[in-house]
Amino acid sequence: MTTTDEHVEAALQRYGHRADVLLQILVELQARVGWLPSALITRVAHALGLPRARVEGVAGFYSFLHLAPVGRYRVLFSDNIVDQMLGSRALMAQLCDTLWLSPGRVSEDGLVSVDTTSCTGMGDQGPAMLVNGQAIARLDPARVNEICELIRAQRPLDAWPAHYFAIDDNIRRRDALLGSAFVPGDALRAAIALGREGWLAQMQASNLRGRGGAGFTTAVKWQACRDAPGAQKVVVCNADEGEPGTFKDRVLLTRCAHQVIEGMTLAAWAVGAQQGLIYLRGEYCYLRASLEAVLAQRRRAGWLGAGIGGVAGFDFDVEIHLGAGAYVCGEESALLESLEGKRGTPRIRPPFPVTHGYLGRPTVVNNVETLAKCCLIAQHGGPAFAATGTAQSAGTKLLSISGDCARPGVYEYPFGVSIRQVLDDCGAREVQAVQVGGASGVTVAPYEFGRKIAFEDVPTAGAFMVFDATRDIFEVARNFVHFFAHESCGFCTPCRVGTALLRNTLDKLAKGNGSAADLTEIEDLDRLLKQTSHCGLGSSAPNPVIDGLQKFRPAYERHLRNRDFVPAFDLDGALARARQMTGRDDPGAHLDNATEAER
Amino acid sequence: MSTPHFLLDGLPVPFEEGQTILEAARAAGRYIPHLCWHPEFAPHGSCKLCVVKAAGRYVSSCAMPARAGWEVESDTPALNTRRRTLLQMLFVEGNHFCPACEKSGDCQLQALAYDLEMTTPRFTHFFPDRPVDASHPDVLLDFNRCIYCELCVRASRETDGKAVFALSQRGIHKKLVVNAESGRLADTDFAATDHAAHICPVGVILHKRVGFRTPIGARTYDAAPIRVVAMRTEADDD
Amino acid sequence: MTEPRKIRLATVSLAGCFGCHMSLLDIDDHLFELAGKVAFDRSPLTDIKRCGPCDIGLIEGGVCNAENVHVLRAFRANCHTLVALGACAVNGGLPAQRNHLDLGRCLTAVFQSRPGMDTGAVPDDPELPLPLDQVHPIHEVVHVDYFLPGCPPSGEAIWAFVSDLLAGRTPRVAHPLLHFD
Ligand SMILES: Cc1cc2nc3c(=O)[nH]c(=O)nc-3n(C[C@H](O)[C@H](O)[C@H](O)COP(=O)(O)O)c2cc1C
Ligand code: SF4
Ligand code: SF4
Ligand code: SF4
Ligand code: FES
Repeated sequence: MTTTDEHVEAALQRYGHRADVLLQILVELQARVGWLPSALITRVAHALGLPRARVEGVAGFYSFLHLAPVGRYRVLFSDNIVDQMLGSRALMAQLCDTLWLSPGRVSEDGLVSVDTTSCTGMGDQGPAMLVNGQAIARLDPARVNEICELIRAQRPLDAWPAHYFAIDDNIRRRDALLGSAFVPGDALRAAIALGREGWLAQMQASNLRGRGGAGFTTAVKWQACRDAPGAQKVVVCNADEGEPGTFKDRVLLTRCAHQVIEGMTLAAWAVGAQQGLIYLRGEYCYLRASLEAVLAQRRRAGWLGAGIGGVAGFDFDVEIHLGAGAYVCGEESALLESLEGKRGTPRIRPPFPVTHGYLGRPTVVNNVETLAKCCLIAQHGGPAFAATGTAQSAGTKLLSISGDCARPGVYEYPFGVSIRQVLDDCGAREVQAVQVGGASGVTVAPYEFGRKIAFEDVPTAGAFMVFDATRDIFEVARNFVHFFAHESCGFCTPCRVGTALLRNTLDKLAKGNGSAADLTEIEDLDRLLKQTSHCGLGSSAPNPVIDGLQKFRPAYERHLRNRDFVPAFDLDGALARARQMTGRDDPGAHLDNATEAER
Repeated sequence: MSTPHFLLDGLPVPFEEGQTILEAARAAGRYIPHLCWHPEFAPHGSCKLCVVKAAGRYVSSCAMPARAGWEVESDTPALNTRRRTLLQMLFVEGNHFCPACEKSGDCQLQALAYDLEMTTPRFTHFFPDRPVDASHPDVLLDFNRCIYCELCVRASRETDGKAVFALSQRGIHKKLVVNAESGRLADTDFAATDHAAHICPVGVILHKRVGFRTPIGARTYDAAPIRVVAMRTEADDD
Repeated sequence: MTEPRKIRLATVSLAGCFGCHMSLLDIDDHLFELAGKVAFDRSPLTDIKRCGPCDIGLIEGGVCNAENVHVLRAFRANCHTLVALGACAVNGGLPAQRNHLDLGRCLTAVFQSRPGMDTGAVPDDPELPLPLDQVHPIHEVVHVDYFLPGCPPSGEAIWAFVSDLLAGRTPRVAHPLLHFD
């Protein structure tokens, strides 16, 4: 048996005792040891010359790092609404029943623990789970039974049937990016021939806008980074893909890894960066090996490393960092903090990453899809790219389609496609609503199905979740609000407390204890979150509720009692402990939750 | 050329390049509420009490550099309502029982609540369970009242050259931890003479044996409201 | 000229210490003025046992047991304007300091391990109201119109507040009358 100390030594060796890769060291130790005992935290802190409290603070931030013992088999069910619609909660109950345990608890023998986790990015092939960090999709009762057996038999994960871990690409519609064959190096060769200036000019002409959500013009970002004072510039690929319902970056990293990494290299060429980092969400750690292989291949081919494409001084290489279960780390400044081995708390801006990014250096952060699209621009020219899509949204967009439809998967469309068209293509029927852009996006009602996917109409980072007439839109929003409360980093007051209050209020409604006063309170919380949150997580957290109250108000009103005020807690339940202690059950030992006499 | 200025609630405020809205306002004798901002440290931007509307956008005035010509709203009923809501959130998130708190009357959270006429915590209380750390011979930590301004974290790191405090967990479960495997303040290198021991704006970091030396009713914010006290220079305080 | 109708005022102490009621009596000279303007309904100051229709209800104390819930609901039902008076009504106050403790252990500690209390069991008399597992401020149980914090609020603050209410002004309590301690 390897001792904990030996594990620590091995992890530190691998990362060269660098404090700025603390998170990577902790991720590795979590995988090796199964959890992070307090003595281990002390040792890591000591070895890296960091205050222990800081290491504890980082470890405590990320969902996939555990400061308390967890099961040797850690089962996490993806809890996005789409997984739930596919039956994830029932499967979790089945697993818990079979293994005699309750969610959130470790079994008495320490063998297994079961819980939920935020969307794992398998919405097209759910219900999905992670077992010790490894993704398993397409769960059904039979497979859950098999998994119970494997756990009981204490089979090591690498001896589980390989097909469990197979993840489908489900590409359903191809356009400019997915439809073209790519020869690694082609795009770079073209960009190098244009020279750094000429290449940036093509990017400008392309009007490419970021695909990660904010839609910022990529060339403007690159130029700002290029012009920023300071050497050692950095290009970061944002592969955190945490938005519930999104999985198109996963498919790009699987199918088009060369384009993504070549896109990073194209960015490096434009801005003069030497260092590249891919921040890969922990849920996709299974992709790491294939990505490393692509990196190695590209180094051998001379498309990474020193003197790329034979150009003296064009030196650039890429390193992969793993996330550890924190949606907020997709926000670019939180992502940089995380890359530096810290808690994923968004920074104050200004200054922006393009001038003060990773370790204070000028840094470009781009989404996976944005980077892949750069190859098309290098290959075919900026104007050709600008000629597709719409006036303000050039090019194509990958959509991750899931929910109530016959053909979930990844669809590539030119920008400007109507929502109705997309619904027809994916085989959706009796659609009540579509959530475009994920939990933080827009709830689109049927009267809006003529609207177009484009930055100037319905913008999206890629999620497209379909809900048919049988679904309760209130429950959809409640799921999203739970997600935001769980993922709030807790830095700023409005989001830390506000998302928890919003969650509690929606839960109150769900229990049938809502009142008109609660709707007023919800609207007030929404406003506060929008106006005062520190980052996009808090300011978009109320979106599903705002849209819901506007477009699906009856779905909320159904949960109201017809009176002004109902308490948020269960009055009768609050007497239960006293009943137990006194052995009483007379009428006086109960309270009617419902009656507040009318005013 | 004259110095640049912006308008704060309609009146001009001059500023120097790089100064934040809050700093410039303060230099001009104008108060903007704040909790996590402190003149000795870089802006932190977490409490959001300093929210203002600048050129139509809501920003944290402690962190946002001033811009010439901006119209900034601060002391308006709408913004003060937002601020009151933020205070209410801070009150229900922890356990604040002022009558039994040694900080009462000297507490910035309470004083701001007075100033913004917060009469009710309004929301349903979380009533979290946060144990007290009485291990240190000279100082008591009552985590029930922490507002996560990180002033102690910053003071310990930047002024004292130590790292006694840090934050762990996230979201509503976020908590303050101390730099010891035991989790006890006594097992850190913390000293009652540290700057971090004197910076908490609320009643978390309390010195033992000085309890209620100044009677309730004769304390800092009994004499003057926070909008007056906060404008004194640091030399007058503490 | 007809005399203006007297305002009906009811007061009650739930889980409180009567400190706020003492403070109410502390308004000294104003008591006469108050007596001229208001008629007291149910209150520790009167003998009326059930609250009838009232203009104003002042509630001292938080909600710690089933009886508190019934009384508070009756006040809400009968009082046009309901006021949380004092720290305990506003945020639970001292009694709410037990909220992070398990109620069962509190009861055991009181009834089974205290000298003089060793009857051996937690009383199960149906006449006794059962305690709630946590103490709640009154706004968590019914809708509350106004709040006057303070432990207790000073006589001066109460008078200013009540005068506002009687005169039909939105009560405003600001520095230096606004106090949480
Ligand atoms: C809470 C939050 C989460 C985000 N998550 C992601 C993400 O997972 N992937 C991503 O590319 N961008 C994400 N973003 C947007 C990034 O902050 C940033 O705008 C983007 O990576 C820039 O790349 P682009 O210009 O290529 O879109 C997120 C933003 C917020 C506020
Ligand atoms: S808005 Fe939420 S996620 Fe963003 S900084 Fe504030 S607490 Fe953190
Ligand atoms: S910290 Fe301030 S607000 Fe909290 S209990 Fe103490 S005095 Fe009251
Ligand atoms: S202990 Fe005090 S200074 Fe430290 S974070 Fe909490 S409130 Fe701020
Ligand atoms: S003072 Fe600006 S956010 Fe706290």
